[in-house]
Amino acid sequence: MSYQLPPVWTKLQQHAVFPEFNHDERARYNFLANLNRFVSTVIAPGNKLAYDRRVEPNFKKEHGRGFADRFEVGEAMKQDPVYQMWAALRRSTMEMRQQNGRAVVLRQAKQLASKVAEELKGSDSLQLNDDFRVPPYLTHVDNHLMPGSYHTEYFPGDVSNAANYDSGLFVTSGGMLGSLTDGGGRAIAAWVKETYPDFHPTRILDIGCGLGHNTLPIAQAFPEAEVIGIDAGAPMLRYGAARAHALGIQNVKFIQADAANMNEFTDESFDWVQTTMFLHETGGKSIHTIFGEIKRVLKNGGLNLHIEQPQYTPQMSMYEQFMRDWDAYYNAEPYWGHMHDLEPADLMVEAGVPKDKFMQVGVKAINDLDKKKQDGKVTEDYGRSPIWNVFGGWKSAGK
Amino acid sequence: MKTELSGSHAGGSITETSAADAVNDIVMAGNKSKGGRPYFLEDPAVERVLNISMAIAADLAVLHERLDTIERLLEAKGHLKRAEIEAYVPDDAAAEERQAWHARFSARILRIVQQEVEAVANPENNVPMRTIADEINEM
Repeated sequence: MSYQLPPVWTKLQQHAVFPEFNHDERARYNFLANLNRFVSTVIAPGNKLAYDRRVEPNFKKEHGRGFADRFEVGEAMKQDPVYQMWAALRRSTMEMRQQNGRAVVLRQAKQLASKVAEELKGSDSLQLNDDFRVPPYLTHVDNHLMPGSYHTEYFPGDVSNAANYDSGLFVTSGGMLGSLTDGGGRAIAAWVKETYPDFHPTRILDIGCGLGHNTLPIAQAFPEAEVIGIDAGAPMLRYGAARAHALGIQNVKFIQADAANMNEFTDESFDWVQTTMFLHETGGKSIHTIFGEIKRVLKNGGLNLHIEQPQYTPQMSMYEQFMRDWDAYYNAEPYWGHMHDLEPADLMVEAGVPKDKFMQVGVKAINDLDKKKQDGKVTEDYGRSPIWNVFGGWKSAGK
Repeated sequence: MKTELSGSHAGGSITETSAADAVNDIVMAGNKSKGGRPYFLEDPAVERVLNISMAIAADLAVLHERLDTIERLLEAKGHLKRAEIEAYVPDDAAAEERQAWHARFSARILRIVQQEVEAVANPENNVPMRTIADEINEM
């Protein structure tokens, strides 16, 4: 069979605080992973065919010119039945994924909260802030169509939304991120070690760490370092700290903090500041404040890296920009589009990295699952493929 | 089981502080996320039906996986061989019953299409019910 099957959901590594799944709940996720795979590899390519063969030619015929921007592409594509059906299906799969995951964790919400509390007994790896104010860019939207987003607790000590996120990312990504959904973190840790063998950070900050999927591989790759993950969502931090503890990873702390106001940390106190798929979930003003804070807490000569989707550049076709923009509007990540219009080198200047020290590379997820499941051609699934853009640089050594 | 929408975060409150026991998992699992829902098909009614159909398809797949589990467990315990299932040929009576099941199943899922055909076949039976009501009022 030449059709590439996604790994079964049970390949996702379970840990002590993982929600319990019954037979049918597991089957439901297997169905969704396969549905996603079919939609992305068989139906989604129809969008490009429709665009090339009728949407763009018809627009040119009607207007005597090509598309001016991705928004015009969007208006034209919206009229095409292939796109309509693909988009309706993709939205439907995202909503199903949320409902299915929530049904699992909410029925055992109390037990999950107890398991997490038990796991964290005697541990100092979690620091929550009772007076914490969740940044407005997070309360304004339910990212990825997750009702309640990262920060909502349905009762004190709740971890439901985090457990849902942990169990379902494997489904959305078709298992392409590995058995701990940590392919991004593994990739960046491996790249840093290989590219800078003499870099021995002692203190690493991961901003917007969520439940630590991509923080833990960095902690594992640099066992001598103290790794601190910050996030706004208490359920994510609680669950993340318990998950790290359950997986036996000791050199990581989860702290509730606002990336735009990290007054918990002193100036120049980190050797490496990392963000992974975080910037597009911030806001148009906050992102600049965040880069200012990165500059402040990063040591002179320190490393600052960001894993993101590719920026929209004039070299990127308008069709691709439109397809990549889909998630911004229809998967509730509304800052995605604006963020990818920014010039990353300018952002890095705000973080204290001069333009001539700016760097940008592509990385692919490191996936520990069955080789057969990840080798070979990856069908482009704009915004979902396990391939990212890394940008960043070294902060100037002097002041 | 509570039936009210307890724990729904509609209304924009940031933190729900209801007790763990008040979590209404059946309703909350399907809570809507923030922001207007986009409809991609020209008629939202069609998209609504598509979403219901996909949810049913999901549970058909779940049922299939469950049956597969049962077959494999039965085989592992020596109760049957799955090859026997593949090779199974019903006798005439069983075959007839099974065919009738298929026929009824097809009729159930295509009911609305059948009735649209009947509407074309019998135009006299398509009088609007308000008209019939007025007519009956005179009877």
